[in-house]
Amino acid sequence: MNIPALPAPWRIVPQGDRTLLLVRDDEITEEGGRACAAIASALRTASIRGVTDVVPTFNSVAVHYQPRLFGSSTTYKSLATEVARVFEGVDVASAAAQSRIVEIPVCYGGQYGPDLPDVARHCGLSEDDVIALHSGEPAYVFMLGFAPGAPYIGMHDDALNIARRDTPRTALPAGSVAIANRQTIIYPNVSPGGWHVIGTTPVTMFFPDKNPPTLVAPGDRVRFVPISVDQFESIKASQA
Amino acid sequence: MSITVIKPGLQSSFQDLGRHGHQHLGVSVSGAMDARAHRLANLLAGNSQDTATLELTLTGPTLQFNATTCIAIAGASLSPTLNGHAVPNNRPLIVKAGDTLAFGARTHGLRAYLAVHGGFDIKPILGSCSTFLRGKFGGLEGRALQKGDQIHLAKPLNGMDPEKLSDDVWKIKIYLPAILGTTLRSDIRVVKGPHADRFTPESLQQFFSTDYRVNPESERMGYRLSGAKLTLANPTQIISEVTSFGTIQVPTDGNPIILMADRQTTGGYVKIAHVATVDLPLVAQTMPGESLRFQEITLAQAQQLDSQREEAFGRLHQGLASLRELLGATQTA
Repeated sequence: MNIPALPAPWRIVPQGDRTLLLVRDDEITEEGGRACAAIASALRTASIRGVTDVVPTFNSVAVHYQPRLFGSSTTYKSLATEVARVFEGVDVASAAAQSRIVEIPVCYGGQYGPDLPDVARHCGLSEDDVIALHSGEPAYVFMLGFAPGAPYIGMHDDALNIARRDTPRTALPAGSVAIANRQTIIYPNVSPGGWHVIGTTPVTMFFPDKNPPTLVAPGDRVRFVPISVDQFESIKASQA
Repeated sequence: MSITVIKPGLQSSFQDLGRHGHQHLGVSVSGAMDARAHRLANLLAGNSQDTATLELTLTGPTLQFNATTCIAIAGASLSPTLNGHAVPNNRPLIVKAGDTLAFGARTHGLRAYLAVHGGFDIKPILGSCSTFLRGKFGGLEGRALQKGDQIHLAKPLNGMDPEKLSDDVWKIKIYLPAILGTTLRSDIRVVKGPHADRFTPESLQQFFSTDYRVNPESERMGYRLSGAKLTLANPTQIISEVTSFGTIQVPTDGNPIILMADRQTTGGYVKIAHVATVDLPLVAQTMPGESLRFQEITLAQAQQLDSQREEAFGRLHQGLASLRELLGATQTA
């Protein structure tokens, strides 16, 4: 049995003996991210036996599986064949239309966004310009990773392009909204982090007692809404 | 109907086969580091394989039982004793109210698993009783055991003579397939990763022929190794992709890291290889300071080995029907 070939830029590869990857060999774009989310969604709906998790990332979709549920020693090839069949039936355009917009309030600058002045200086913008560019258009949630509920959101305007900090911080407060490489990450809990913190959100990103346990999911769009310190404190109090 | 924690041990946490189905939301899988030993302990206590067990690390706890139950210990040899008398790993053992289970010196391995019949009474979070220590959720309040904790048993064996039960259980013949036992071997079988060819030929050759030592800061999230540093032929940035249990990633400093049960769901480092699932227990039982050596096998071989072990688990499960019957019959008596 041969492993089916997918149309470019896609290919199918194993990652160890319990994960299969659909890889998209191209630049990171929202369109590519949407394709990954749509394929992930179709694979989840297909409920393939033995598959435990389907995980979209920037340019790939991972399928985690448990071979013991297949009862066969040719698991990878059988699964790849099935995955390729689901892939063929995916309509990326209709998935794009279903995107949900989630508003996330952010208190920018000051003690809530200690790196905002540095980011503004590096980008040759005023702090207000950075906030306007960051909160203007909704941006796409490519994936969650790093920590439960932590979204990678992008791609932001070229003017907001800044590399990661040379020295990561050891403890960022929960809700830190940080940017690097035209993307935003939100740290749901206190954690180390190497991105530039421009603001903090008072909303909870991860709540393990609920299902689904996260505020956002891959495939959503996020609009950042600038709020004052007073609003931050009041929303924070209402979340407790 | 509970267990009292007299001493908590170094790091004792509840684990099952992991929190699946939420990795796309960044939720780590967690679960037993040595899933083989975890499943073995469960089967030997008459449980299904995904019942939560207590994962014991290096120094075991001291536990007082306040009810009759059947327990089993598998994995590392941590010199278990019941009321001061040595008891073996890999056997169902009947304990009664007032009994004290303690552990002594480690003779081999690092992690042992304690299963109780019917399981511990723990509330599942997102479908799993596994403790995610870094995220502080799952298991018992998201943490390791502490002195004074009271752990309730989901299904104690009440109204039964523990002496008779003990005699009956002792008579059960248990044939443990060798493939399910704790093996001591430093050769870890791995399948090459999609990025393997990005390394220099010298680095690849060293990766598969020299020893790597496990560093002290290795824990449930990952094993940090030191040995021959691995260099990329053309340094390139990797776009974040998913990780798997056993992924061996190489950060820019060239020292490989084996990602383990509490790994992050995604990572942005180059992946040189992946530990074959069948050998993950060997890694989980390796102590910091000990060394590993990687041996390449094909994906087909890795899945074949995995499948053989699953067959052995199937045989053991069948062979323990009389134990389950004994414990189940007791339950309704």
